Amino acid sequence: MVTVDLQPILQRYPNASRDALIPILQEVQEHQGYLSREAVVEIGKHLRLPASKIYGVATFYNQFRFQPQGRNHIQVCRGTACHVKGSAAVLDTLKRELKIDAGQTTRDGQFSLEVVACIGACGLAPVICVNGEFHAGVTTKSIAKILDSYRRKATPNDGNEAA
Amino acid sequence: MITIEVNGRSVRAEKGEMLLSALRRAGITVPTLCHIDGLTPSGACRICVVEVEGQRNLVPSCAFPAADGMKIRTHSPRAVSARRTIVELLLANHPDDCLYCSRNGNCQLQTLAEELGVRQRRFAGDRTRHTLDTSSPSIARDPAKCILCGKCVRVCEEVQSVAAIDFIGRGSRAKIGTAFDEGLNVSSCVNCGQCINVCPTGALTEQSHIKEVLDALDDPNKVVVVQHAPAVSVTLGEEFGLPAGADVAGAMTATLRRLGFDRVFDTGFAADLTIMEEGSELVYRIKNGGRLPMLTSCSPGWIKFVESYYPDFLDNLSTCKSPQQMMGAVIKHYFAQREGLAPSRIYSVSIMPCTAKKFEAGRPEMGNGTDPDIDAVLTTRELARIIRMRGLSLLDMPAETADTPFGERTTAGKLFGASGGVMEAAIRSAHYLITGEEMGNLNVHDVRGLNGVKEARVNIAGLDVGVAVVSGLGNACKLLDQIRAGRSDLHFIEVMTCPGGCIAGGGQPLGTSSEAVRSRMKALYSIDNQEAVRTSHHNESVKRLYAEFLGEPLSEKSHHLLHTHYTRREVLV
Amino acid sequence: MTATKLPELLSWVVDSDTADPQRQQRLAELRRDRVNRPVIYVGAGTCGLGAGAQETLTAIHEYLDKNEIKADVVKVGCIGLCSAEPLVDIQLPGRTRVSFKHITGAKVVSLLSSVLTGKMPEDLVLGQHRNDSLEPWLDVAYLDEHPFFAPQTRWVLTNCGLVDPSQMDEYIARGGYKALVKALREHTPDALCDMVEASGLRGRGGGGFPTGKKWKFARQSPGDQKYLICNADEGDPGAFMDRAVIESDPHRLVEGMAIAAYAIGASKAYVYIRAEYPLAIKRLKAAIAEAESNNLLGQDILGSGFDLKVIIKMGAGAFVCGEETALIHSIEGKRGMPRPRPPFPAISGLFGKPTIINNVETLANLPTLVDHGAEWFSAVGTKTSKGTKVFALSGKVARTGLVEVAMGMPIRQVVFDIGGGIPNGKAYKAVQIGGPSGGCIPSQHLDIDIDYESLKTVGAMMGSGGLVVMDEDTCMVDMAKFFMDFIQRESCGKCIPCREGTRRMLEILNRITRGRKKERGIEALERFKSVLHMQSLAETIRDTSLCGLGQTAPNPVLSTLRWFRDEYESHIYDRHCPAAACSELVTYSIIADKCRGCTLCAKKCPTEAIVGAAKSPHHVVVDKCIGCGSCLDSCRFDAIVKQ
Repeated sequence: MVTVDLQPILQRYPNASRDALIPILQEVQEHQGYLSREAVVEIGKHLRLPASKIYGVATFYNQFRFQPQGRNHIQVCRGTACHVKGSAAVLDTLKRELKIDAGQTTRDGQFSLEVVACIGACGLAPVICVNGEFHAGVTTKSIAKILDSYRRKATPNDGNEAA
Repeated sequence: MITIEVNGRSVRAEKGEMLLSALRRAGITVPTLCHIDGLTPSGACRICVVEVEGQRNLVPSCAFPAADGMKIRTHSPRAVSARRTIVELLLANHPDDCLYCSRNGNCQLQTLAEELGVRQRRFAGDRTRHTLDTSSPSIARDPAKCILCGKCVRVCEEVQSVAAIDFIGRGSRAKIGTAFDEGLNVSSCVNCGQCINVCPTGALTEQSHIKEVLDALDDPNKVVVVQHAPAVSVTLGEEFGLPAGADVAGAMTATLRRLGFDRVFDTGFAADLTIMEEGSELVYRIKNGGRLPMLTSCSPGWIKFVESYYPDFLDNLSTCKSPQQMMGAVIKHYFAQREGLAPSRIYSVSIMPCTAKKFEAGRPEMGNGTDPDIDAVLTTRELARIIRMRGLSLLDMPAETADTPFGERTTAGKLFGASGGVMEAAIRSAHYLITGEEMGNLNVHDVRGLNGVKEARVNIAGLDVGVAVVSGLGNACKLLDQIRAGRSDLHFIEVMTCPGGCIAGGGQPLGTSSEAVRSRMKALYSIDNQEAVRTSHHNESVKRLYAEFLGEPLSEKSHHLLHTHYTRREVLV
Repeated sequence: MTATKLPELLSWVVDSDTADPQRQQRLAELRRDRVNRPVIYVGAGTCGLGAGAQETLTAIHEYLDKNEIKADVVKVGCIGLCSAEPLVDIQLPGRTRVSFKHITGAKVVSLLSSVLTGKMPEDLVLGQHRNDSLEPWLDVAYLDEHPFFAPQTRWVLTNCGLVDPSQMDEYIARGGYKALVKALREHTPDALCDMVEASGLRGRGGGGFPTGKKWKFARQSPGDQKYLICNADEGDPGAFMDRAVIESDPHRLVEGMAIAAYAIGASKAYVYIRAEYPLAIKRLKAAIAEAESNNLLGQDILGSGFDLKVIIKMGAGAFVCGEETALIHSIEGKRGMPRPRPPFPAISGLFGKPTIINNVETLANLPTLVDHGAEWFSAVGTKTSKGTKVFALSGKVARTGLVEVAMGMPIRQVVFDIGGGIPNGKAYKAVQIGGPSGGCIPSQHLDIDIDYESLKTVGAMMGSGGLVVMDEDTCMVDMAKFFMDFIQRESCGKCIPCREGTRRMLEILNRITRGRKKERGIEALERFKSVLHMQSLAETIRDTSLCGLGQTAPNPVLSTLRWFRDEYESHIYDRHCPAAACSELVTYSIIADKCRGCTLCAKKCPTEAIVGAAKSPHHVVVDKCIGCGSCLDSCRFDAIVKQ
C-alpha cells in the first residue's frame, strides 16, 4: 500500500467543517488516484467526521474510487445522444476487447473502464474519453485502433520500468 | 390552534404542526416505517402518504405541516393503494422467511402487509444479495431484511453521536453499513442496541445467547446461576401483556427457578456493592486530589465510547466494574468458594436490558483470561422468548425472593435502572461515608426525570459537590466538550448510554413509546418510596460480603475483583 | 455611486463617453471590428477539442512559424455547430470574418495558404459574419443566413464562439457588465425582483418556476445571510448548454450571478458545477478572479456597498443533485439525498439560510434582460413562456449542436430547419425532450410550440433543453429501458417508490426485451403479468416519490407507451423489435448470394454461431447467436442482414 502524505492538502483547509469534505476527497483522489482507507481515516480526523459518514458520502457519488485505476483510464459516455448513436455497442466491444467489465481494471494494469453519465459532448456522439482526451464519433470498428494507440504509447514506458 | 378537515370531520391542530401528529392525536392511525418521534422527519418510506386537497401528489403526513382549512383524506382508495404498492415493492426485495425470523409476529412490515391485505407477490424480480454480519458480540445485522428506512442511522448519529453506520452506495444498490462496509465489530459501534429498538424489521437483532443458556440448563454438571438487572423486572411484564411499569420481580424470580436456574441473584445487590466502591472512590478522589470529574462506569456502551472517542477522559472513568461484572466476579470467586464449587462448574447468566452487556461480558479483562466471569447475557426480550419456549406463564407465578448470598438489594440499587438512579444512590451513600450521618431527605429530585441532561449541586458537610446526570451519548458528548473547553465545576457525572437509562435499553421490549419509558421510571421510584431500606450502605448482604471476604471498599481484594482498567481503542471513528 | 469607481473600459461603455476617437478605436479593436493583421479564431471548447481542435491549433502555429506570417491566433468558445467542428474563422484586415468547417489538422495548410492569399476554399466555407463596417467577401454566404443560424434568436449565446472567453475586456466591449452597473445604479433589489417577475422569465433548468417570484421568497424571508447557488451540474445526459456557455462566455454567468445575488440580498454565491467539465471550471475560475480584481465581484462592488463572494464547488457525479435540496446537501458535504419540502430552500436552504438556486441559462439571461428591460424581454415568446430557450440538439440529426430559439417556435422547425432533418434518408421517429424526466414527441405532434405548457400536453416537458432526435432505427422500448436504467442507477435510494419501483420497472422492460431462448418455466407468465402492473406501478412512483427525480422517473415509460404502444406490443406479443435495436430480439442472417465465404464473420463471432466452409456461403446458427452484431460490422460484402 502506498502511503501518501495528505498534510499538504489538508493544511489548505484549516478549521474546515463538513462542507469541505467533498473538495478534500476530490483533491486527495486527484493526488492519490483513488481513496485509500488511510486517507479516509486521516480526512476524518481533520474534519472530525466519522469514517462511516465519509464512506457514505464517497460511495454516493460516481466520482470516487477505492481502487487505483489503470494507466489508461477509459470513460465511455452513456448519455442519451451517445446511446441513440450506438454507445451500448461501443461499451460492449470495449468490454470484449479488454476482457473486463465497467468499473474494472485489466490484469496488466493497462486499462480501466468506466461508464459515465454524460460528458457533455453530445454533438459528437458517441464519445469516449481516454486519459482526458476525447474521441468523437467512435464506432465498434474504430475501437481496436484507439486502444492500440494507447498500448503503443505505454510500451516504451513499461520497458523503462522493467529496466 | 387551527382546524383541518380529516375524512370529512374537523380536527384541531397546531399551526405548522406536522399532519401525522395531529392525526395521531385525533385517533387516526396513519402507518409509517421511518418516523421517529422527536427527530426531524426524513420522509423516506412514503407509507404515511395522505391525500390533501389541492396537492398534485400524495403528501407524506410526517413531513407536511398542517394549515388552516386543509382538507385531508387519510384512507382514500388512492392513498391506500399507494401504500399497498409501496409495501409490495418492499416485499419484492425481502426474504420470505417470516416463519424463521426473530421478528415474526412483531414486525412492522409484516403487520403492514397484513393490514393492507397483501395476499400475493405482485412484483417478482431479483433480490439484492447480502451477507449477514454476525461479527459483533452484541448485534446481528441481516441487510437482506433491511428496508432502508434509515432509523438506525439517525439514532446512531443524531441521538448517540456514534455514527458507526451510514447509507452506502446509491439507488437500488444502497445499503446500510459501517465505514468500508466492514463488520460491526471493527467499527465504532458501542453496541448500545438503540438501532434494534427502532428497526421495523428483523434486519437488526441482538446476538442471541438463548441456545448457550438452554444447553447449560440441560447440562447436569453445571451449576447455572442467574442475575437480573434492576430495569428488567419493570419491563418484562410488557412482553406478557402487562402495562408498562408493572413490576414482576417476584414472578420473574419464580419463573427463573422453574426454568432450571440453580440460583437466582439480583443485580441490585451488585449495584449496592458498586455504590460502596464507587462512592468510596469518589470520596478518595475528592480528598486526595484525584482526577475529577469522576465518570460512572456502569454502562458498557459508554465505556467503549470513551475508549474510542474521548480517550483523554479514560482517567476520569471510575475504575469500578459495572454491577453485572462485579456480580460475575463475586459469583465465580466468593460464591464458588462458599459453595465449594470449582469456578469452571458455574455457568453464570445475566438478564440485562442491554445488548452492550454481551460485549462487556466478553471483554478479556472480565474474567481470569480463559474463563469469563459472565458466561452468557440474555436481554429482556430473550428471556421472554425462553419463558414462552418453555411454556411457563409468568402471570400465574407466585412471588418469590432471590437467593442468598446475592439476593438482597436496597431501593438505591434498584434505582440503577433509571437515568439519575446511580447518582441518587451515590449521593445518599457518599453523604453517609463522609459525614457518618444519613441525609435528612433521601430524595434528590434534581437528578430524576427523563431530561437528557440534569445537573445539581449538593452540599455534603460544607463540601459543595457539583453533579451531572446525562443519558444518551449525544448529550454526553456535549458535556465532555464543555469540560474539554475548561468547565471545572463538576465532581461526579453519571452517564447512561441509552436515553432515559436502562429502562429504555437496547435489550428491552420492542415498540417502546416514551410514555412506556416514563411508566417504567415511575415504577422504580415508587419501589423506592415503598420500601424501607433505601441506601446501599445498609444492604446487610453487602456488609457481610465485606466482613467475610472483601474487607473494606477499595481494599486490595476489591481492587482485584471489582475494579478494572480501560484502554484507548483504535477503531474507525 | 460615482463613475470613477468603474474599471476604465466599463466606464467608457456605460457612460457613453466614447466620443474620443482613441477610445472608439480601442473598443472596435476589442470587438475586432478592426484588425491590423490576420486573425485566426479556433473554436476550442470541449466539442471543438473533442473533434481535434488541438491538432488544428498546432498545425496553424506550425504553418505561421514556417512561413513567418504574423497573425493573431485566438482561442474562442463554441459557436454551437458541433457537427462542423473543428471550426476555424479567419479575419483578414478590412475584410469580414469567415467561418470554415471541419478544419482538422490536415486541412490547415490548404486552408491558410488559400485564405491568406485572398482565395476562398469553397468546400470549407461555412459562412461570413455580417459586419457593415467591413468589406464582405463576394460569393460567400452570410452566416446569419445559414439554415442553422437563421431561425435562431441568440441572447444567451450571443457571444459564444465570437469572443475570447479569457478576455474580460472583449466581453465589456460588447456591452458586458453594463447591466450590472445599471442594476446597481438604477434599481433597488425589490425593483429588480419586480422586473424579473414582470419579464416572465422562468427557470431554465427544468421546472420552469417564475424566477422573479422565487427570488421574492428569499428576498422576503428574514436572515442575516442568504445564498445564491448557480446550478451548473447539468446532469441531464443529452444537455450541454451550461458547459458551452461557461466555456465560451463565462463573464455572462458572472454578471448574471452578481445581478441575482444583489436582487435577493445574497453576499455569498456558489457555482455547483460538474467535475466532468474541467475546461468550463478553469475558464470560470479565471473569469471570477478577473471580475474580482476589477471590483465586479468582492467587497463593495463598484462602490455600491454590495458584496459578493463567488465560490466554485465541483459536483462529484450524481444526477439527483440537480434537485435543489440534494444539491444543498452536496454542498454541505453530505450525501446528495433530497429532503421533504417544505421548508423550501428560499426559506431554509444552504446551512439553514434562505437560498435561491438558479440554473446557468436562467442567470445568463439576466444581463440581456436587465439591459433591455422587462417589456423588451417579454415581447419575445408565447403567452406563458417568454424569451428564448437554448437546446442541445443531438442524436440522429444532420446538424448537431447548440441552438437558441425564441419560445413558441415549433419543434419541427428546430429539428428539420435548424437541424437539417434526419440523415441517411431515414425516417423521423421521435425527439426526446427534457432528458430522463421528460418525454418524447412523435411525428404527429412535431408542430407543437416550444412552450412550458404546450409541451406538457403531450406528456413531455421543457427540462433543461436536451433534444435528442431519433430515427426509425431507434427502438422506443430500448429508449425507455435506457432511461429507466439511468434513473434506477441515479436514484438516491432514499424513498421506497423510487428506489424499488424504478428497479422493478427496469426489470419489466428487461423482460420484454429479452430473447425467448433464455426464458424458462413461468417466466413468460411473469412477463405478461408484470406488463399488466407497469402502468399502476408507474403511477404510484409518480404519486408518492419524495423528489422531482422520482416523481418524473416513470415519464420515459409513460411517454413512449403513450405514443409507441405498437412497438411495446411487438416486443411483448411477437418477441420482435421493429427497429432491430434490441439485441436479444434481433436475428442476423446471411444472404447466400452475397456471401463469398471469406470466414471473417465466423472468426469475429464470439459464440461460434456462424458456420460454413471457406469460400462457400456461411449461415448463422440462431440458437447460438447473442445478437452482438460483430459479424455485421466485419462483413465487407453487405451479406449480413439484421431483422
